[in-house]
Amino acid sequence: MANIDELLKYSKTHEWVKDEDGVITIGLSDFAQEELGDIVFINLPMEGDEVVAGEAFADVESVKAVSDVYSPVTGVVEAINEELMDNPALVNEAPYDAWFVKVSEVTDTEDLLDADAYAEFCESEKE
Amino acid sequence: MELLFERSREGRGQTILPQCDVPEYEFDSALLREKAPRLPEISEIDLGRHYTELAGETHGVNNGFYPLGSCTMKYNPRINEELSALNGFTGLHPLQPQCTAQGALQVIYETQKMICEITGMDDMTMQPAAGAHGEYTGLLLIRNYHKERGELQKRTKIIVPDSAHGTNPASAVMAGFKVVSVPSNEFGGVDLEALKAAVGDDTAGLMLTNPNTLGLFDPNILEITKIIHDAGGLCYYDGANLNAVMGHARPGDMGFDCVHVNLHKTFSTPHGGGGPGAGPVGCKAFLKDYLPSPQVKKDENGYSLFVPEKTMGKVRDFYGNFLVVVRAYAYILTLGKEGIPEASANAVLNANYMMNKLKGSYTIAYDTQCMHEFVMDIGPLKSETGISAMDVAKRLLDCGIHPPTMYFPLIVHEALMIEPTETESKETLDKACEFFLNIYKEAKENPEVLHSAPNNCTIGRPDDVLAARNPVLKYSFE
Repeated sequence: MANIDELLKYSKTHEWVKDEDGVITIGLSDFAQEELGDIVFINLPMEGDEVVAGEAFADVESVKAVSDVYSPVTGVVEAINEELMDNPALVNEAPYDAWFVKVSEVTDTEDLLDADAYAEFCESEKE
Repeated sequence: MELLFERSREGRGQTILPQCDVPEYEFDSALLREKAPRLPEISEIDLGRHYTELAGETHGVNNGFYPLGSCTMKYNPRINEELSALNGFTGLHPLQPQCTAQGALQVIYETQKMICEITGMDDMTMQPAAGAHGEYTGLLLIRNYHKERGELQKRTKIIVPDSAHGTNPASAVMAGFKVVSVPSNEFGGVDLEALKAAVGDDTAGLMLTNPNTLGLFDPNILEITKIIHDAGGLCYYDGANLNAVMGHARPGDMGFDCVHVNLHKTFSTPHGGGGPGAGPVGCKAFLKDYLPSPQVKKDENGYSLFVPEKTMGKVRDFYGNFLVVVRAYAYILTLGKEGIPEASANAVLNANYMMNKLKGSYTIAYDTQCMHEFVMDIGPLKSETGISAMDVAKRLLDCGIHPPTMYFPLIVHEALMIEPTETESKETLDKACEFFLNIYKEAKENPEVLHSAPNNCTIGRPDDVLAARNPVLKYSFE
């Protein structure tokens, strides 16, 4: 059973989202990292790039496959977690600490799931 | 085993260069390297043994079964090798006068004609070096078509099903298009409603493999290509799976406008060690003027090269991997019009035979009659025993079988994709099925042996995560 942080919100494409006074931090959920397996490479956008809700903003490569990471919000990338590029294993080790980007100037947000709804969604994905 | 550098001893080795018979030239000292290159110094016999030892550690169709899905690892008849090694082919210079290379031009011309017949196309280029290169060339045909009609600005999207080969979306992006992915339906085919919703004024075309990567022939193919044509787009056939239908069904009759074929898969030329391959691209007559240059034509003076009217230019130097074309030519002529459909029929028969022998135990991803390959879903076995597709694949190495394609297509999470090909005997298939069923039993009774597999190979299980995260790509002398 994947670990789900009660304090975060989630997208149906398995990103977690933290809202701190309008600055949105995005990462990959524990369920996602478990499904992907060991991550060996992460491609992040640049600071100042625009991200669009529902569109890919980064990709992660595991030994199995390369997968897109989707942005749950529209806005501008304020910061990226450069540590991930050198040490992508952080996403496997502590997915809720291994944030990908912080986005500000948010103009649009997808409907997000709370922890309970996301837990239910993960169960349905497993079937 | 020791590397060449480790076998090297200073001063040992061979003189392979003849005596210099031209005046020596003094290079500007600024251009000279400071230290001599560290080349291994080794005797001829040790060098020979090194490579023989390496060859002994590989697995090819000569060693055993090789059911690598989507790759069509069939046996390559030796006569193809013999013919492509003829002096008249290997001794050619690509720029020698055309009147002295008539035989080579004839081979290109006739191979084109035969593959056009097999695919239902009107013309063909032999230049692309492999499948993905063929995809790119085909997309340039589509691009040039829309450009000439003044519609390129608005027709920016290529539609690709979610079961497609990864090269399809990659080629579309390389050719300057955006990719729209459409989901598969419950039968593993294209979801028609989703396709209808995806097409529009911005559709440049569709890329489709049929049978698809699940080994299933899409029964809606005529409707699929019509939906694209009605929207003003063109249809591209990825010929990776042509081995399932050659001589029975033609992409041209399914409504496709252009197609690539993999000579190294379907038409039996050696591959798996990195090539060279060949990915000829065929097209309907309305696209032929855009084909790469040069093309071969035949008239009363024999064979000659010409530049198509609105050519896209060259996609590769000269005429592509010509000797691969010679092999394919020999293969098609050897099989003939009876043998070609018989080969694909046997490929389909072999896949169905194996699928039916395994399906009592393993879960088949889409349990219906398959074409030349089928996909097993190891997901249920994994939930029950913890044994993954990777573990099963690794255990097969212990059995002397090259594992099937793993974790593809992406829509089946624990996929093993098995393509036995037509050149395997019933006995080989029976033996392989026995191994597969044994592994299934081991998964339930003795899973440890699978986690540690391969246990009988030269090397055990490499740490692929470590290899990907910290690759050592270069020999270190220290």
